[in-house]
Amino acid sequence: MNIKAEAKAKAGSQIKVITGNAAAAIGAKLVRPDVVAAYPITPQTEIIEQISKFHANGEMDCELITVEGENSAMNAVMAASLAGGRVFTATSSWGLVFMYDAVLATAGARAPVVMVNVNRETPGIIAVSCGQQDMISTRDAGWIFLIAEDCQEVLDLVLQAYRLAEDYDIQVPVMVHYDGFYLSYLSEGVDVPFQEDVDRFLSVLNDQPERTKLVPGGKLGCGTHGILGGYLELRHKHVSAMERSKAKFEQIDKEFQEIFGRSYGGQIEEYRMDDADVVLVGSGSMCGTIKTVIDEKRDAGVKVGLLKIRMYRPFPGEAMVEALKGKKAIGVVDRSLCFGFKGGPIYTELKAFETQLDGSKMVSFIDGIANTDITTANIGQMIDATCDLAEGKDVREVTWVSYPEAQEEGGL
Amino acid sequence: MSEVRFHGRGGQGVVTTSKILANAFARTGQFGASFPMFGFERRGAPVTAFGRFSDKPVREKTQIYNPDILVVLDPSQRDSEAVFDGLLPGGMMLLNDSDITVNVSHDNLKKLGIIDANKIALEEIGLPIPNTVIVGAFAKMSGLLEIDPCCDALQDYFSDKKLSANIVCVKRGFEEVKIFDF
Repeated sequence: MNIKAEAKAKAGSQIKVITGNAAAAIGAKLVRPDVVAAYPITPQTEIIEQISKFHANGEMDCELITVEGENSAMNAVMAASLAGGRVFTATSSWGLVFMYDAVLATAGARAPVVMVNVNRETPGIIAVSCGQQDMISTRDAGWIFLIAEDCQEVLDLVLQAYRLAEDYDIQVPVMVHYDGFYLSYLSEGVDVPFQEDVDRFLSVLNDQPERTKLVPGGKLGCGTHGILGGYLELRHKHVSAMERSKAKFEQIDKEFQEIFGRSYGGQIEEYRMDDADVVLVGSGSMCGTIKTVIDEKRDAGVKVGLLKIRMYRPFPGEAMVEALKGKKAIGVVDRSLCFGFKGGPIYTELKAFETQLDGSKMVSFIDGIANTDITTANIGQMIDATCDLAEGKDVREVTWVSYPEAQEEGGL
Repeated sequence: MSEVRFHGRGGQGVVTTSKILANAFARTGQFGASFPMFGFERRGAPVTAFGRFSDKPVREKTQIYNPDILVVLDPSQRDSEAVFDGLLPGGMMLLNDSDITVNVSHDNLKKLGIIDANKIALEEIGLPIPNTVIVGAFAKMSGLLEIDPCCDALQDYFSDKKLSANIVCVKRGFEEVKIFDF
């Protein structure tokens, strides 16, 4: 469906040409946070600049803590969240790594923090460039991960993230991811919701029981030492909450559509999947390009579809199996690496469901690392290879699409 | 869909040019999407930006390899082979240069626009930032936009005196660009 056209027809919003970063900042403004703490880093800086402007000119009535580093940013918003506040922060790559212990602590405390992470390659090799490796480096932290495809979805996911994080039955921090450079700096038309509609969308949270919070003088602690049974209880509750978040996210998507006229399909989005024989699985900004290539391939008679991952943690295994079952071949496109495995991270995880897929064959494509462009030609090549796999031809299990030398080097 | 590739240097407003054009297209009920590609933000470093303008929503999130139109804000890049790389037949090029001599050529180049945008910008806003002059010149040369949405789009980026001065820049770009057909 044409999301933008449908939204346009709805009253109560306005089309603004803004970047993905500006969309994130506006989303953060619209949820009326109590506390924002953040530190700038390329390619996220514009979010903090925008929020600082909103704060300075009185559009945002929050505490804005301009911390000296990301570790303090996460500790500040975690503390404010545990005190009952609505909080926002944003980071990227090195910043995310620099707050790693606090990211883990926030999840352990079940503090409903919402953070935007603008995807960029991690330390290791210095690369001021797009890549999902930072997301992968924190995937087991116990946060819920959502991934946006375009600027509209960036804004919409920030709004939806609060419904998920702060829901009484969930209470798990949420990270909203989008590709650095390709989305952070992309200017395009975004339907900016009106404040009263966002207030209405979030008002559901006001009707829920108040979550436990720290109050001055109160007899409640947090971050305590727990071992054995107590530890297991907390971890099991956490894992259970993440499982519940799958259905909750679907429900939030429906309620979002009722108010804003846009629906994305929940955990996954399916594009031309109904009669597809072969499927590409992708996430983030690459999906827009994949859709255009799929349309061209369809015109040429190739039955190909796209499964876009919107929720990456918890892993939408059941929804993916349902959508992929019986397909002849699946090509999974990863914009990151899974050290210790040959294939990409999402490919490796989907392999765990292989026996439930009724014989679908799978291959891994690694592309888009360190800003290498996931071009229409690259996507065409991936679709062709996946079709070859469907026809029983010999296809490499893992292809580094923008690094053909990998084949000569052997090993993979 | 028209695919436009912008070449310039940090500080010239390459990114803003591409943003304003996307904004102007959106104001006509069409769709625009633009993004730059660079590492760190810094003045003087080469910047490339990409713009897609269409009557349908733009979904591609890739760089542009076969542009219909080239916009060169940095005169020192006018002869660069990299600038012409992939230009499609029937292509256009808009050049910011004080030298109005037509000394660029390419087999696929069918229309060339030259404007001394730095000079106009210095006269109108007191700074050699050519971006808004380029917006007006782009509208005229490409024929894809009227001047009004270009001026309206400036409201999202400037206010007060800067806004009125930049509107003059857009208008002068539109009126003063020299166009050559091949």
